[in-house]
Amino acid sequence: MEKLKVLVVDDEPGIRSGIHRILRNFSVGYPFMEEDFQFELIEAETGEKAIEIIESMPVDIILLDNKLPGINGIDVLEYISKKQYDVQVMMITSYASLDLAVKATNIGAYNFIPKPFTPDELKVAMEGITKHLFLKRMTRQLHKEGKEVRFQFLSVLSHELKSPINAIEGYLQIMKEKQVGDKIDDYEVMISRSIERLKGMRTLIMDLLDLTRLESGKKQREIKKIDLSEITKMAIHSIEPMAIQKNVRIYYDNGEPCYLNGDSAEVEIILNNLLSNAVKYNKEGGQVYVHVKGTDDRVIIKVEDTGIGMTEEDQEKLFQEFVRIKNVKTKNITGSGLGLSIVKRLADLYAGDVQVTSKPDVGTSFAVTLMKNAETTDTILLQ
Amino acid sequence: MTKKVLIVDDDPDSLSLLKFHVEGFGFETITADSQKEGEEIIRQMKPDLAIFDLMMENKDSGFILSYKFKKIYPDVPVIIATAVTAETGMIFGLDTEEEKNWIKADLYLEKGIRPDQLHREINKLLQL
Ligand SMILES: Nc1ncnc2c1ncn2[C@@H]1O[C@H](COP(=O)(O)OP(=O)(O)O)[C@@H](O)[C@H]1O
Ligand SMILES: [Mg+2]
Repeated sequence: MEKLKVLVVDDEPGIRSGIHRILRNFSVGYPFMEEDFQFELIEAETGEKAIEIIESMPVDIILLDNKLPGINGIDVLEYISKKQYDVQVMMITSYASLDLAVKATNIGAYNFIPKPFTPDELKVAMEGITKHLFLKRMTRQLHKEGKEVRFQFLSVLSHELKSPINAIEGYLQIMKEKQVGDKIDDYEVMISRSIERLKGMRTLIMDLLDLTRLESGKKQREIKKIDLSEITKMAIHSIEPMAIQKNVRIYYDNGEPCYLNGDSAEVEIILNNLLSNAVKYNKEGGQVYVHVKGTDDRVIIKVEDTGIGMTEEDQEKLFQEFVRIKNVKTKNITGSGLGLSIVKRLADLYAGDVQVTSKPDVGTSFAVTLMKNAETTDTILLQ
Repeated sequence: MTKKVLIVDDDPDSLSLLKFHVEGFGFETITADSQKEGEEIIRQMKPDLAIFDLMMENKDSGFILSYKFKKIYPDVPVIIATAVTAETGMIFGLDTEEEKNWIKADLYLEKGIRPDQLHREINKLLQL
């Protein structure tokens, strides 16, 4: 159990002892924290005293009243942010005006709790600030350990999840208040946009599940002799409805068996992504050609399309997570930008690679090479 | 004279929602859906207030745009709007002195803000 030092700065002894009572047996825990946090309280009745304490010992959280006898809370806050102390501040005040809120948050206060507050309100606020403190420190730690990549991923992910939520919520709010009319028809665009954004979220979640699968490590993989041709047919079959909608035809060359040692679900993910891109980024009435070929030691999956293509500059960024190419042609196409990064990682797993050739407005061709036996030694070792 | 608000956001829905509300507040809007287009617009015209989305082509597009904007129009208020919060570890608040010097925004808003709150913030920045 870790103890966080909480400095309570308030001139009213009643408030100080109240906070003391509420937090004495309170602890905060989260699934992602290794241990719960408890609080150790220190009190100060003035801003001057508070600064003295902050100078003399490390403090984690400060509950800060604004209206104090000498210098006020905002001054203390200003001092803390100028000195860049690693501490989170929550303002307590009976004058919780928006002005003060904005000012304090601009100077660096994490949040606010208006006086008088109930024990539960204080507890909820403490949970929030503790989580924030923890995340902030963890970020710093991760930076030190060079793990920011993963964290970056989570940030972008939350951005990608929050954007559609904001959009849908915004539209629903307008509908709820009937801001553009009384008839359902008045909201047709908003409704279809909301459905579109939900679709996008679904895609993102599906892609995330694929990623999770990849990240969960080797334990759950099922490596055996699989027929790539069979899997290709299945994947084409499942993409067909989307192709029909866009009037895109998919051609698959021979259909002769082509074997490798691998996990069929993984190979399916590769095909699904290449095929869905070839259809999505195609033109109305376009074509997709699929070739599957085996040599002595490897298999090559090639998916060619007659779609919008992309510039060389675009091609370089393609395999990064969340990268989507933004231009007029891709504007109305939904996607997570995760697909190709997943394909790339899967290809790596099979000691293979992914090649792309593309020409704007002409088409794109992806070729994925997988080694037939990249996984057999592993499987033997596992047994 | 109706005040002009420039809105730059690459999320089509966020852009149309912002436009809808800002026009509802009685302002005129000019919109762009990328940092690049935003930069072109600011070279050509001076709005009375600007709202920039943070993550567009680049993760910090909004900051760059706001920096360039303030170089031309130091007195025009800028709001940076974003869906990213500090919770996720991407600390984009105007935290350090260094950031404050570089990031020339007047206000930093989390997306999903209530329209009436947005209205109040805009009025305050425009001193209406
Ligand atoms: N066959 C293709 N033709 C043209 N552009 C493509 C093709 N496949 C992928 N792209 C481009 O690469 C980007 C990344 O692809 P991907 O990782 O599958 O993400 P998503 O399809 O979810 O956007 C796409 O946003 C698109 O701009
Ligand atoms: Mg894709």
